[in-house]
Amino acid sequence: MLDLFFQQLINGLSLGALYALIAVGYTVVYGIVQLINFAHGEIFMVGAFGAFATWMLLGQPTDWGVSASLLILLPLMLLGGIVVSVTVALLTERFAYRPLRNAPRLAPLITAIGVSVFLQEFVRLFYGRIPGFPDAKSAIPFPSVAGISGEIVRIGSVTIQMPALFTIVALAISTLFLWFFVNRSKTGRAMVATSQDPDTARLMGINVDKVIVAAFAVGAGLAAIAGVAHGLNYGNIDFRMGFLAGLKAFTAAVLGGIGNINGAVVGGLVLGVVEAMATTFIPGQFGSSAWKDVWAFALLILVLVFRPQGLLGAKVVDRA
Amino acid sequence: MLEVKDMVVAYGRVNAVKGISFTVEEGQIVTLLGTNGAGKSTTLRAVSGLLKLVSGEIWFQGARLDGTPAHRVVELGIAQSPEGRRLFRQMTVEDNLKLGAYSRRDTAAIRSDMDRVYDLFPVLGSRRSEPAGLFSGGEQQMLAIGRAMMSRPKLLMLDEPSMGLSPIMTQTIMKTIRDLQADGVTILLVEQNAQAALSLADRGYVLEVGQIMFSDTGRNLLGDDRVKLTYLGAD
Ligand SMILES: Nc1ncnc2c1ncn2[C@@H]1O[C@H](COP(=O)(O)OP(=O)(O)OP(=O)(O)O)[C@@H](O)[C@H]1O
Ligand SMILES: [Mg+2]
Repeated sequence: MLDLFFQQLINGLSLGALYALIAVGYTVVYGIVQLINFAHGEIFMVGAFGAFATWMLLGQPTDWGVSASLLILLPLMLLGGIVVSVTVALLTERFAYRPLRNAPRLAPLITAIGVSVFLQEFVRLFYGRIPGFPDAKSAIPFPSVAGISGEIVRIGSVTIQMPALFTIVALAISTLFLWFFVNRSKTGRAMVATSQDPDTARLMGINVDKVIVAAFAVGAGLAAIAGVAHGLNYGNIDFRMGFLAGLKAFTAAVLGGIGNINGAVVGGLVLGVVEAMATTFIPGQFGSSAWKDVWAFALLILVLVFRPQGLLGAKVVDRA
Repeated sequence: MLEVKDMVVAYGRVNAVKGISFTVEEGQIVTLLGTNGAGKSTTLRAVSGLLKLVSGEIWFQGARLDGTPAHRVVELGIAQSPEGRRLFRQMTVEDNLKLGAYSRRDTAAIRSDMDRVYDLFPVLGSRRSEPAGLFSGGEQQMLAIGRAMMSRPKLLMLDEPSMGLSPIMTQTIMKTIRDLQADGVTILLVEQNAQAALSLADRGYVLEVGQIMFSDTGRNLLGDDRVKLTYLGAD
């Protein structure tokens, strides 16, 4: 029983780490422009496709050893995914959201939904048109990375899949990076100031346009890492993968307190663990995996009833 | 140094400032007086680039200023301590001052300017790692002024620095403003406390519902019957 608990805890943490990596993007953008960027799930999706494209450009290596895979292939795939996600995020910010900066709130929200549909369809219709690339109208298999894919580590009787461990480690490193960025870098401090009081931030000489760009870029970078983690964990990627992951990550951001970076991380982890535990410890059909989304959203509703501001609730990008 | 010509500023369709003109000469302290809602804060916000002009012009050091984005205005040498202080309350004193110096890159000089603020307001220095929100109103006002000084402005605009302060604290603030002038900083001061402001000011402008009614030297305005009646509590 206890072993099963720890097993599910690990599973939940890795699922939660995936949610958390995506959730940060919702929260930093919301903290600064009060926009719920519904296209953020698609930024995660294009990151995975960007990583896949990098692998294609490297000549579809399948026989690289462990060290070459971990030191060269994986970093390059991550980098490729990040470049694609950040580029797409900045283009959407520049051409879809910025023109609507002073429009009524509903306009950018609807635009975000439009961007989301556009990106899905774009990948579905055009990915396969790139010479040599597989058709993306349905799921495509994600390349395996030696040393991670299919590997496990055992601690006592608890088995940890390497891709799950990768996700958790990636979140840990990203959170550390975020902490330094927010608390120590000038741009990070400007971001916090802007989220607290944009007009006064401008009186300090902060270029708010640049801060918004930085917020989109940071969120997109982490989403791309999540995209690679998703590919490694599930073995395939799909143009629709951003929808449910994005919805869950958004739930995680709200759960933790939207606008709060720590909240996004905590919210993601809590959500992942609750889902994993619910499918194991709730008896009968209510514990079947078909019900796990029900428990996830039930948790959200419960938290919002008793703590409307979320678990870590302030309405600002707090110190990470 | 600063020249505002026929400036009109609106919120939506309502004009809050209806064609005002005034000048601030280098090295002067100039004050804008006016009842609530006269348009004083709106004027400062427009100069800072936070609000767009409907019509009119702003000139600073011989160059056209209106249309310049707010962050560039700071880089050009205009700082504002806004009405109600607007500190970053969850951030420490030190972080607030650092943000005030955001437009600068000369780290060593920033450090020494920060020490100068701490010399000027010792309470800030001794509690520099505490969040700004924990300080009293007067202390917060000192921090707001200190923060605005951190950009090393040529023109410093202060919006009601004495608001909510005790007479003693008001005197301290007014003395600080005079010291800043002695250091070569030009000052545009918006005040409800006309007595204090006019005693300092080289020149004063009196605003009413978005228009300048009259202007004169600080000394003359202190003796002016109209000013006495409305702003100095008639006697
Ligand atoms: N954000 C805003 N939206 C709409 N109207 C505004 C806004 N801010 C100010 N106003 C209006 O513009 C006019 C001028 O306001 P402003 O704040 O400039 O006055 P003020 O002279 O600074 O007054 P006070 O002494 O009370 O600070 C007022 O009629 C006010 O109601
Ligand atoms: Mg005002």
